[in-house]
Amino acid sequence: MQTLNDNSKVMPVVAALQVLADLCHDDQIVVTNQGSARIWPKLRRRSLDLHYNPSTMSGAIPLALGLALSQPQREVLAISGDGSLLMSLGSLVTVIGSDVINLTIVLLDNGLYEVTGGQETPAARSAVDYAGLARAAGFPSAAEFRDLADWQSQAADVLALPGPRFIRLVVSAAPHEYLTSSTPPLAEQLAGLQQALSIKA
Amino acid sequence: MFTGPEIETIFAELGVTHVVWVPDTAIGPWEKSLASSSRLRLVRVCREGEAWPLAAGLYLGGQSPLVVMQTTGLFESGDALRNVLFDLKLPIFSLIGVRNWLVPQSRDSAKMFAEPILRAWRLDCQWIAEPADKPKLIEHYRRCQAAGTPGVVLMAEGAP
Repeated sequence: MQTLNDNSKVMPVVAALQVLADLCHDDQIVVTNQGSARIWPKLRRRSLDLHYNPSTMSGAIPLALGLALSQPQREVLAISGDGSLLMSLGSLVTVIGSDVINLTIVLLDNGLYEVTGGQETPAARSAVDYAGLARAAGFPSAAEFRDLADWQSQAADVLALPGPRFIRLVVSAAPHEYLTSSTPPLAEQLAGLQQALSIKA
Repeated sequence: MFTGPEIETIFAELGVTHVVWVPDTAIGPWEKSLASSSRLRLVRVCREGEAWPLAAGLYLGGQSPLVVMQTTGLFESGDALRNVLFDLKLPIFSLIGVRNWLVPQSRDSAKMFAEPILRAWRLDCQWIAEPADKPKLIEHYRRCQAAGTPGVVLMAEGAP
């Protein structure tokens, strides 16, 4: 098992997210948070995107699970950082316990608390097998990618596997110019999301 | 305080679609009724901090969730509560079991800090301390839903 600090390959995070943004269906709900909430709006703007910021650390996966349970006819994509997931690894078990199938969790693993300045997570110097954890929790589909070309060529197939799906992407830190950009106002986003889902708030 | 069939009927008649919970010894006996209900769904979370954003997702997706946990879980999940009720401004209703409230000699800190913490969060709380208070659950839920605000029912419990 490679660690993040052994100079192994990592993908540029923006390019890794671009793959997802390009493959995203029009009727799919996307929940980003932390670093991904700053990058995704620059790649694609959709009414079914929720850039969960301000958020509660580890909240993106449960929030996406709630959306998936309430909208079973739609696919929901949750993009979480590794620092967030580490705060609530049990959320992987909660996902499986809920019997949801229309949820994909994409873990952006850079070993850092990115938005606070790039401090290491407790896992940064170890070899946490996140995809293995997801498999052990019961995810029928769990994959990981370190190489951008591999991710680009296999993403569509992995996203078509039976859900719930877990995908670990080993990525670089986000470029500074992304982290300093703001996300769209939350109230606007929530109203837009509910409007897009045809739900009266 | 409530039996399982009783609470299932109340929640279902209030229009609750999902109960998101971590049980304790007083709430736990409701499990069979909630899990077998054809009118609502029980969602089990591993940690109380998951309950609030999960309920938020359900609400944003058009459902009517209710969060159920003990005071200890309320304390544990404070940041998630803060985010969902005050940043996202969602009117999520919760029922919080207050361990040892019915044990006068108890010095359980989980009991002592329950109400002060909720007051600090400026949440609209309603005590259900004895069987005669049971109708207040329905009244408080409906009042909060009509106002579009979060609300909390504090349910007095005995010793665990």
